[in-house]
Amino acid sequence: MGVCIIGMAVRFVRYFLGLNWQLDRVAYRAHPAAGIKGAARSIYKWLIPFGTRGWRTQPVMTAAFFGFHVSAVAVPLFLAGHNLFLESKIGFSLITLGPALADFLSWLAVGCGAFLILRRLVLPEVRILTTWDDYFIWFIALAPFITGLVARYQMGSYGFWLNLHIFCGELLLIAIPFTKMSHVFLFFASRAQLGMDFGIKRGGMKGTKMAW
Amino acid sequence: MPEGTYCNKKPINTPEEVNFLLSDSSGTKYYEEMKLLDVDSELLASTIQKTMKTRLKTWLEICAHCGMCADSCFLYQVNGKDPKQVPAYKIQSTLGEIVKRKGKVTNAFMRHAMEVAWAQCTCCNRCGMYCPHGIDTGIMFGYLRGLLYQQGFVPWELKIGAGMHRAYRAQMDVTDADFVETFEWMVEEYEDDYPGLTVPVDVEDADIFYTVNAREVKHYPEDLAEAAVLFHAAGENWTIASKGWEQTSLAMFAGDWAACKMQVESVYGAMERLKPKRMVGTECGHAHRATVIEGPYWAGRPDGRPPVESIHYVEWLAEALESGKLKIDPEKRIQEPVTLQDSCNYIRNHGLKKATRTIMQHIVAPGYFIEMSPNKEHNYCCGGGGGFNGIGVFRKQRNRALLTKRDQILATGAKLVIAPCHNCWDAIRDLEEEYEIGIRWSFLKPLIIKMLIVPDHMKPVE
Ligand code: HEM
Ligand code: HEM
Ligand code: SF4
Ligand code: SF4
Ligand code: SF4
Repeated sequence: MGVCIIGMAVRFVRYFLGLNWQLDRVAYRAHPAAGIKGAARSIYKWLIPFGTRGWRTQPVMTAAFFGFHVSAVAVPLFLAGHNLFLESKIGFSLITLGPALADFLSWLAVGCGAFLILRRLVLPEVRILTTWDDYFIWFIALAPFITGLVARYQMGSYGFWLNLHIFCGELLLIAIPFTKMSHVFLFFASRAQLGMDFGIKRGGMKGTKMAW
Repeated sequence: MPEGTYCNKKPINTPEEVNFLLSDSSGTKYYEEMKLLDVDSELLASTIQKTMKTRLKTWLEICAHCGMCADSCFLYQVNGKDPKQVPAYKIQSTLGEIVKRKGKVTNAFMRHAMEVAWAQCTCCNRCGMYCPHGIDTGIMFGYLRGLLYQQGFVPWELKIGAGMHRAYRAQMDVTDADFVETFEWMVEEYEDDYPGLTVPVDVEDADIFYTVNAREVKHYPEDLAEAAVLFHAAGENWTIASKGWEQTSLAMFAGDWAACKMQVESVYGAMERLKPKRMVGTECGHAHRATVIEGPYWAGRPDGRPPVESIHYVEWLAEALESGKLKIDPEKRIQEPVTLQDSCNYIRNHGLKKATRTIMQHIVAPGYFIEMSPNKEHNYCCGGGGGFNGIGVFRKQRNRALLTKRDQILATGAKLVIAPCHNCWDAIRDLEEEYEIGIRWSFLKPLIIKMLIVPDHMKPVE
């Protein structure tokens, strides 16, 4: 977890330090207000299900994406079991999910994940983009959910599955800074950049808000 | 033979070199030589090292390979949803590979990348609006073009185009003297109809400094006179410059960043010399993109703006119509179904959708203006952007690309298409030639002139 947080903080900062106004051709510094506004809109709009034309044109994909992601973010952070663990380690915990909701979300993640993997196999325009890395990422992303669920229903040896679960969870957290999983944080960086681009250079300062 | 006599890594800088390359008609020998051109892998790797910063690196890395950008690309749609036309695939299999292999790629790979960069992407930036991560593939293709240009893998016409800018500071072999003479001559031609019509040259402190597209000088000189007529009718205090008058940049399409800088610096030089209040550019999309939107960055201006406020012709026109400087005879407004081409370069990429719609309100009788679908920022490329129109070897692919716009126009039912952009105008002309759907197409200037209420001071003496 430490690796994840520190790793990502470093990458986040390096992203913004690595932005270059001349090569990117966006005057970030000269127009901070327009930049921040553009960046905020660009992130906000895309975080709302069906909030953009991109999301609206592909409703099924969008539903699966949000189904998976809501629980991928909520479960690790707010699960009662996780917070007990956190509390015992650093003596602090977040609000927690009720067990029924937690079960539902976990299954939702597994279901939507399976659907998205199928989509990858079925649609030619997605298959051509897919590399083995993508399946590996999916494996890493879903393993904690599956092992967590097995442990939860006490199938087989609870201790074994819980240890495996913790191992998988750690693996995911470690993968975040070093693989494409970095999108968990860099999504915000990348969206902010394009938002600044449109907010400053491509129309924002003409008073036209980008119709994402 | 690594470096050819026609095809090599050296930019062309002089009129003689331009003529030499032009003498190889259609670039036959040029493309033959390209097959033998060496790839300088070290240069490629070190250029990437120096110029590829976190924005592009992150884009390449975090692309989820989710394919949500596929449908947004008109070239994907129009080529039978060929998965090889998915924006993310196009860029990952070219730029992505070059980066992964640290520049160690073959000649055949580079020639393939050239085809993808110029015949499978018009840099219209539409896909960037549909990617959840905000990955703008059009921008990455612009970057890839720069790498390919540096290695000599660039379509013949664009090598020449970039050379023209280096040799003439114009996209065609039009000298500064040619420009001023042509403008003056055209204005004389129109003087009988519009007494008092003049073209002020190099006047300092004017309200408007007008810049053009060299094609107007060479192929559509009436456009120059029409601009003069409208400025005159609006009572504007305007001027042209005898140096730094060309607003376009084929160098931008070619990826020749050094030539881009030279070109915009010549225009900015004129601004600094003449100190006008504003610059107004002609009805061209990429010219506006080059001089107003991207230019300040090539020239190293940290505020991202040209030396004086610079606007597109449609902004000036909308303003002149709204303020009543130009008056339209309501009887003469367009009274037939008419549609409007939204140019990516200043609509999607500079937010000017309101200006063009204001103009439509003034010049089209109520009920006759029909929007294309999709429109505004979401409009599709005309099919000929990013230099595609002008590249002979990719003509077949370009003609196919026109189908999107053809179908969009057909769906509106309009027979008249207004295209306030040179590139779009050309593409729409070509699509009529190719597919004969019975449409007419026009810039704004000639339409406005036909319906203008000519102020008394401009009426011909009986
Ligand atoms: C690395 C540290 C982690 C630890 C120590 C940990 C620990 C636990 C514990 C103790 C449980 C409770 C099992 C039970 O109910 O008996 C659990 C369940 C679960 N965990 Fe984790 N976990 C970690 C990471 C993750 C991550 C990263 C994810 C998902 C991305 C995840 C998803 C789940 C799920 C889906 C359940 C089952 C929830 C339910 O249906 O009740 N865990 N985990
Ligand atoms: C705040 C957090 C996050 C944001 C904003 C975010 C955003 C995104 C976006 C925009 C995409 C690409 C679009 C798409 O595939 O439809 C994506 C894909 C993906 N994300 Fe996340 N994500 C977040 C957290 C996570 C977490 C915690 C996990 C894993 C447990 C995860 C796993 C994935 C996977 C596996 C994909 C690939 C989807 C595919 O194959 O289609 N994400 N994410
Ligand atoms: S920029 Fe336009 S043409 Fe190029 S890949 Fe994107 S949508 Fe297609
Ligand atoms: S939509 Fe964006 S993340 Fe998805 S494949 Fe296309 S470029 Fe990659
Ligand atoms: S030619 Fe017109 S429609 Fe096509 S990319 Fe350029 S501005 Fe857009």
